[in-house]
Amino acid sequence: MITIIDYNAGNIRSVLRACAEVGAKAATTSDAKVVAGAEKIIFPGVGAAPSAMAYLKKMGLDVALKNAFKRGIPILGICLGAQIVLESSDEGNQKCLGLVPGKTVRFRIEDKLLKIPHMGWNEVSVVQPHPLLDGIMAGDEFYFVHSFYPQPAAKKNVYAVSNHGGDFCAALGSRNLFATQFHPEKSGRLGLEFLGRFARWDGKG
Amino acid sequence: MLSKRIIVCLDVRWGKLAKSVKFVDTKDIGDPIAKARQYYEDGVDELVFYDITASRENRDIMIDFVEEVASQIFIPFSVGGGIRSVEDATKLRNAGAEKVNVNTAAVKRKELISEIAGAIGSQSTILSMDIRRVKPTKEMPSGYEIVVNGGVTPTGIDALWWAKEGESLGAGELVINSIDADGTKDGYELKLTRMIADAVGIPVIASGGAGKPEHLYDVLTEGHADAALVASIVHYGEYTCRTLKEYLHKRGIKVRMNY
Repeated sequence: MITIIDYNAGNIRSVLRACAEVGAKAATTSDAKVVAGAEKIIFPGVGAAPSAMAYLKKMGLDVALKNAFKRGIPILGICLGAQIVLESSDEGNQKCLGLVPGKTVRFRIEDKLLKIPHMGWNEVSVVQPHPLLDGIMAGDEFYFVHSFYPQPAAKKNVYAVSNHGGDFCAALGSRNLFATQFHPEKSGRLGLEFLGRFARWDGKG
Repeated sequence: MLSKRIIVCLDVRWGKLAKSVKFVDTKDIGDPIAKARQYYEDGVDELVFYDITASRENRDIMIDFVEEVASQIFIPFSVGGGIRSVEDATKLRNAGAEKVNVNTAAVKRKELISEIAGAIGSQSTILSMDIRRVKPTKEMPSGYEIVVNGGVTPTGIDALWWAKEGESLGAGELVINSIDADGTKDGYELKLTRMIADAVGIPVIASGGAGKPEHLYDVLTEGHADAALVASIVHYGEYTCRTLKEYLHKRGIKVRMNY
């Protein structure tokens, strides 16, 4: 059973539907007690880091997520969920969960030709093998919508990159946690295959 | 680098797929969800469902329809037609639409754009513009005018001004629909598309006039568009999304080929 954390940040149901499509049992919750007993977690989200962190704290979900990471269960962060697992975000200068060293930064705004948000399909290149990225080939594209991106402090936590006015981290991981800046639930067949791999993943890198 | 997108537009009337020529002479041509599923499997990058009844009675049908699409299609799609309030937009978004399109209601009350962007985000707020060519005047120096109510009512508003205004109000994307080119199959309005794409910092979707693959190539290069919207050239099976993409790929346009 996959527990999808609903923290009032965007369209959680599209993740639920995509899980159903790949035959993975899933349910949404905003109850920290349910998260404490979860076997597997998806931590999605669209929106701004400060309001998301405020809601997580209010519900006790910040502590529940930190504990889940320590327990070693598989956790998948998506989009904002891939940013909030780092130590801080430049978006509102917000302190975040700190599960992985690093911070969330904004695309270079001085480049006027660079359209922000980075929105649409872009190539994801695997830079380090990971069970969740098995089968992703050169030229495979995923769907992105974001103005900020995660920047892990150590290269060992970067598993895939994409390019928008320069390379940026498209997927990061640490032990039982993996997180993507792209939206697998909106990325067609390749995204569904990725979610299928997460549904089968035991949390071991 | 982002790929250029091909977007298929499906006009929906009471849950059925319809296609109009120059916004009149509408006829039903099948089941939109089956068609959408076909385009999805065939590599379309995004879909737009346009509720051409745009009536209040149809709102609930449209919500159910969006729920059904969202459970079958795992790429982004937007919904337009008759969106008059933040509540309309939020409901559609919550039902599973990635984005919503506003058009006439935003021309009548432009704050609607910032209200919707505030509620569901700029990235989910598309300003659709129906535009016709006019003689340049002091009021409309660009030589293009915004028309509303399905392309029949002139407004006296300059299209270039409105595009920039829409961006500053919080629209995250623009649809440039040429009334003159719509249904002609003679190609997109390149001059208009390029003029607006060069004047704004948000993605521009070109619409109206696609008749053959070259037209898509032209608007994505010379027209500076980020995405090309097509309808009848794929609805009647003349071309498929795959053949259009293969053509563009061969001519050096970056499009999503692995799907």
